[in-house]
Amino acid sequence: MSGPSTYVPKSAAARWLETRLPILGLVHSSFIAFPNPRNLNYFWTFGGILAFMLVAQIATGVTLAMHYTPESTLAFSSVEHIMRDVNYGWLLRYVHANGASMFFIAVYIHIFRGIYYGSYKAPREVLWLLGIVIYLLMMATGFMGYVLPWGQMSGWGATVITSLFSAIPFVGNAVTQWLWGGFAVDNATLNRFFSLHYLLPFMIAGVVVLHIWALHVPGSNNPAGIEPKSSKDTLPFHPYFTVKDGFSLVCFLVFYAWFVFFIPNYLNHADNYIEFNPLVTPAHIVPEWYYLPFYAILRSIPDKLGGVIAMFSAIVLLAFLPWLDTSRIKSANYRPLYRIAFWFFVLDAILLGFIGSQPPEGGYVIAGQLLTAYYFIHLLVIVPLLGLFETPRPLPASIADAVLGHGHGSAAAMSARATSAPNTRG
Amino acid sequence: MAEIILDDPNRRDFLYIATGAVGAVLVGGAVWPLINQMEPDASTLAQATTEVDIGGIAEGQIVTIKWQGKPVFVRHRTAKEIADARAAPMSALKDPATDESRAQKPEWLIVVGICTHLGCVPLGHQGPFEGWFCPCHGSVYDTAGRIRQGPAPKNLVLPPYKYVSDTKVQIG
Repeated sequence: MSGPSTYVPKSAAARWLETRLPILGLVHSSFIAFPNPRNLNYFWTFGGILAFMLVAQIATGVTLAMHYTPESTLAFSSVEHIMRDVNYGWLLRYVHANGASMFFIAVYIHIFRGIYYGSYKAPREVLWLLGIVIYLLMMATGFMGYVLPWGQMSGWGATVITSLFSAIPFVGNAVTQWLWGGFAVDNATLNRFFSLHYLLPFMIAGVVVLHIWALHVPGSNNPAGIEPKSSKDTLPFHPYFTVKDGFSLVCFLVFYAWFVFFIPNYLNHADNYIEFNPLVTPAHIVPEWYYLPFYAILRSIPDKLGGVIAMFSAIVLLAFLPWLDTSRIKSANYRPLYRIAFWFFVLDAILLGFIGSQPPEGGYVIAGQLLTAYYFIHLLVIVPLLGLFETPRPLPASIADAVLGHGHGSAAAMSARATSAPNTRG
Repeated sequence: MAEIILDDPNRRDFLYIATGAVGAVLVGGAVWPLINQMEPDASTLAQATTEVDIGGIAEGQIVTIKWQGKPVFVRHRTAKEIADARAAPMSALKDPATDESRAQKPEWLIVVGICTHLGCVPLGHQGPFEGWFCPCHGSVYDTAGRIRQGPAPKNLVLPPYKYVSDTKVQIG
């Protein structure tokens, strides 16, 4: 997608097509000849894994929709019908339900990789913003999908999340009733959630195209966090990265299959095998694991509107990372203090997730408030200040240098320091 | 070709503005039905009232009935529960309301059974005030359904209702 294609059609048919629609050249320059930094590690394979997961979710989702009934009196039993009667229905449903969790595992690794290696920094800000849009669409899609089986967690999860909008001053209740299409979560809500759950993955696919386009303009970031300077710094996408992505994907699929075949309900809740009853709330309702850190933030603020604002700003703040991070050094490998702060941030997010899964009482409330405070302090105080005060380690002269060490003699090492000097502002 | 200077509105300006204006009206006219169709429909609005026979509800008992798809608690309060609710000082209330303003007849408290925080159904006879306790996020209501502790901002909502006879209440 960047620069003229070097593709040369080999057959007459390919030449015929290429002069009419240059799609073979586009594929060739984007996924075959595309130059990737040669030092990419396995954390860079999650983009490919995520692309696979989107396709897998759409394929299993479309087939499940052939057997599912989005009607409040039939939805719950139609899911059991899929499990018991439909050929391979159990497999499709477990692949789809666990696929959502795998999708989020992969996206969280992908996001944290971007945060560690500074992949959001110039010139990749738009790429990062498109990623945040995809993440938000994924959260909306996952939430609506969880409502469809119409169990107790489905109905009450839907009630709690849609009620977040009732915190909006003045128009909150009107907005919530509009979302429900009634006075409570009921058939109208289920029906529209099904429609939107079917729509949103295709919107994600559209934004993914933009995300890849925005990636292919500057190319991938890399563990050294310096841009490729010569052809020695890069390798063609095929076969070097197709095989690397492929190997990583296969390992990921083994992990995924272990969930599907051995612990398919590990990430589900027993309460969701009880049909939704709008008159009885389960004793302990929790959202899906991938929302837990944000749920913990919501509950930490002892005020309804305040909690909702804190939760949404916790997500939206991530979009501002390219401007909150004042350091021009991308990779945390060369930022000794930021590297420590990064791991505290990861720990904070994991602990918030644990707090979100616990009942809102006693020490959990206080711990949740401290962890929430740290989340915002990291993004709003630590990250901007570190860039101003931290002294980074010297950057390698080139990606090839970073990979091959300083085997090119001391002159190369000297020039490394010289060229990295203008960038040493932390 | 001679240069033509057109200071006055000409035919092209007229077409530009007229097309834009009609286009804006058409877009608005197309978008509104697409948004408005999500509002509660006529069949949902038709379930507006529910009649409850309260004759069989014993003192101290809470009965949950369904009105407009939502739970409504009909609580036959004991003398102690009424006294507790009336003894609460206004200064201790987050959303101040007298007990008298919340029950047409003191022994019958009728409230929408939805926590004003995020919509869970609170559990009766639980929490420090033995009114209701919401298991989702820990809101505590007293025996008048008023919010006393926790994140909920408002008291349990009072539905519109009237006594059609001594033992029949119409909600809605």
